[in-house]
Amino acid sequence: MFKFIKGHLESITGIEIYPLISLIIFFTFFTVLFWWVYTAKKEYINTVSNLPLND
Amino acid sequence: MEMQQFYYDNKIVKKFIYATLLWGIVGFSVGLLLAFMFLFPNVTDGISWLSFGRLRPLHTNAVIFAFVGNAIYAGVYYSLQRLLKARMASDFLSNFNFWGWQLIIVAAAITLPLGYTSSKEYAELEWPIDIAIALVWVAFGVNMIWTILQRRQRHLYVAIWFYLGTFVTVAVLHIFNSLALPVGFLKSYSVYAGVQDALVQWWYGHNAVAFFLTTPFLGLMYYFVPKAANRPVYSYKLSIVHFWSLIFLYIWAGPHHLLYTSLPNWAQNLGVAFSIMLLAPSWGGMINGLLTLRGAWDKVRTDPVLKFMVVAITGYGMATFEGPMLSLKNVNAIAHFSDWIIAHVHVGALAWNGFFTFGMLYWMIPRMFKTKLYSIKLANFHFWIGTLGIILYTLPMYVAGFVQASMWKQFNPDGSLTYGNFLETVNEIIPMYWMRAIGGTMFIIGAIVMLYNVVKTVKQGSGVEDELAEAAALTKVSKYRTKGEGWHTWLERKPVKLTIYATIVILIGGIVQIIPTLLVKSNIPTITSVKPYSPLELEGRDLYIREGCVGCHSQMVRPFRSEVERYGEYSKAGEFVYDHPFLWGSKRTGPDLHRVGQKYSDSWHLDHMYDPQSTSPGSIMPSYKWMIKNELDKSNTENKMKAMVSLGVPYSEEEIANAQAAMDAQGKLIEENLYQNPDFAKSYEADKKYAKENGEDFIEMKDREIVAIIAYIQRLGTDIKVKDEQKTAKN
Repeated sequence: MFKFIKGHLESITGIEIYPLISLIIFFTFFTVLFWWVYTAKKEYINTVSNLPLND
Repeated sequence: MEMQQFYYDNKIVKKFIYATLLWGIVGFSVGLLLAFMFLFPNVTDGISWLSFGRLRPLHTNAVIFAFVGNAIYAGVYYSLQRLLKARMASDFLSNFNFWGWQLIIVAAAITLPLGYTSSKEYAELEWPIDIAIALVWVAFGVNMIWTILQRRQRHLYVAIWFYLGTFVTVAVLHIFNSLALPVGFLKSYSVYAGVQDALVQWWYGHNAVAFFLTTPFLGLMYYFVPKAANRPVYSYKLSIVHFWSLIFLYIWAGPHHLLYTSLPNWAQNLGVAFSIMLLAPSWGGMINGLLTLRGAWDKVRTDPVLKFMVVAITGYGMATFEGPMLSLKNVNAIAHFSDWIIAHVHVGALAWNGFFTFGMLYWMIPRMFKTKLYSIKLANFHFWIGTLGIILYTLPMYVAGFVQASMWKQFNPDGSLTYGNFLETVNEIIPMYWMRAIGGTMFIIGAIVMLYNVVKTVKQGSGVEDELAEAAALTKVSKYRTKGEGWHTWLERKPVKLTIYATIVILIGGIVQIIPTLLVKSNIPTITSVKPYSPLELEGRDLYIREGCVGCHSQMVRPFRSEVERYGEYSKAGEFVYDHPFLWGSKRTGPDLHRVGQKYSDSWHLDHMYDPQSTSPGSIMPSYKWMIKNELDKSNTENKMKAMVSLGVPYSEEEIANAQAAMDAQGKLIEENLYQNPDFAKSYEADKKYAKENGEDFIEMKDREIVAIIAYIQRLGTDIKVKDEQKTAKN
């Protein structure tokens, strides 16, 4: 699979950095997401999840 | 704390509910008519505006944008106000949204049957309507964000994030995919060509499914399922992960619609990788929806609302499991272009969107009209006939897709195709088309029963009034209160920032995929022998677009032994550089046409268009008699060519100046070819004589539409043809 990516994009200067950037974007994105979710306060989660029922 | 009194706008919700019901039945009915056209191809014989190619986009647009669109608005306008404890910010914008959207639908219902189409799937509407869509959509978004800013509930519930994500993404998709150069009031050419047009189109097409049919409905699911089950969502934490990972991943998956095509391989592989990853958030959401019913499953036995919702969420789960599987190249090689895809999308449309809408309406309507549902029994009947209808629709289509695709690929021991005649593979699955039509009929009967039930409920209820509500205004958040809150809690108080972050998240995928293909030249190797279309061929191509030929015929020979054997050399990216728009198609109800040029005589094409069954017994193609009689409109040809020049097609000024003469010459040549058929010469001369005797105008054959379409078809795929392929004229 990688040979296709390289074959077509090698004309871009500094292409080597692309996979690294992608990895960093993904890793950060999901790490921060899961970090927030796991550290969320239970009380807050309960309040918000009951919002539809309180109208 | 001082309580404020305000009214929820129920009247706008009522309007959208009525529109949903009306357009739902219209959209389903057009679909049913199309289903019967597979069985009786000439049921609307000779009526151009009721032909299959023109009605297919009407069906998809009616169901997606009219039925599902109005259902989204109904659900959003109902839930948003209540989740925010605020009336919609502007009644004017609400009504502008409603009436504007209905006008767009009416405009679509008129222009599509008349053949005004851009031919890009789910984006067929021409540029003036595209602009109207953008305006109305922005009005919806502004109204929503304005309401959020006036809210009396600090935290934005997860449903609202889905609504915001939907708004920004659909806006971005719609604008970039619809970029076109107008050449007339209802005619334009896509600014992208060939491979690039295909990539942008399916980036749009896939995400129209993702952000019009999925994310708004997930928002509705997170509101209405807890309401109907009277318990909070199973896991709010899961819903957060669901939202961000879904919008992050979805936007990348578009290229899985273009596997094995001329799209660069790196883009195809990127699309596949993200499609597989999508399984995780999709199933996370489905499980979250279903588990909300924990401890309430007994209610599912008795409450039709929950029944509809359970089947809807299950349908979502099935469709989102199948999606990643279909994006695997080896599965896609079988399923793509076949009825398998029709089955797949109808699991999504009939079960997920259809049934969820029905459940939501059955829940909302009695509450808004302050009464009970007229008949639970009828609702249960609707549920069962609808469910059976879905099964009877989809299962035969899976079988049809698999059987036909297998037949396409079957070889004899001597290396020839077992089913060399495409029609053999069509006739094999006619019984499946029958079952599909019956399943569809059942689904519509259910919808009509629902309509009756709703009318009765409305009659016995009292009129819809704006509902009085009370809530305290939001106080300013003090520093003390926000100390120690998580960043996401902070984010949820900041709707504008949340919207911006959601936009960034969806743009990352779009930028990484689209920009390299648009900019990097080496992605589309040029072929020197590929030349622009002649003026007559260009006009013929516009007729091909007008008649919606792309709905049943692909122009993309994939690099498989079975396809190269059947159709000819596989398609190269460089062959499409002058194709504004691209016409690869997504379904092969008939054979691929990319290498059909010079395969049959001009005379064969005329006979085939006049009466397809005469040249191809058992064919389910309808006749196109009007193209044989109509005069070709050559008044705009020069403008069309000039537009092409500004899009990068190398027509010289001389070519443009001589366009009329060139069309005349090429038309004459085709007319001469047609004369070689004695039957044609005889009847044509008789027509000419009759017109002369009766003093009627006579349009010479060289000036008729059929000549242009023949010119275009004979040109298809011939630019890189090395030798004439002497194939028997079978399909």
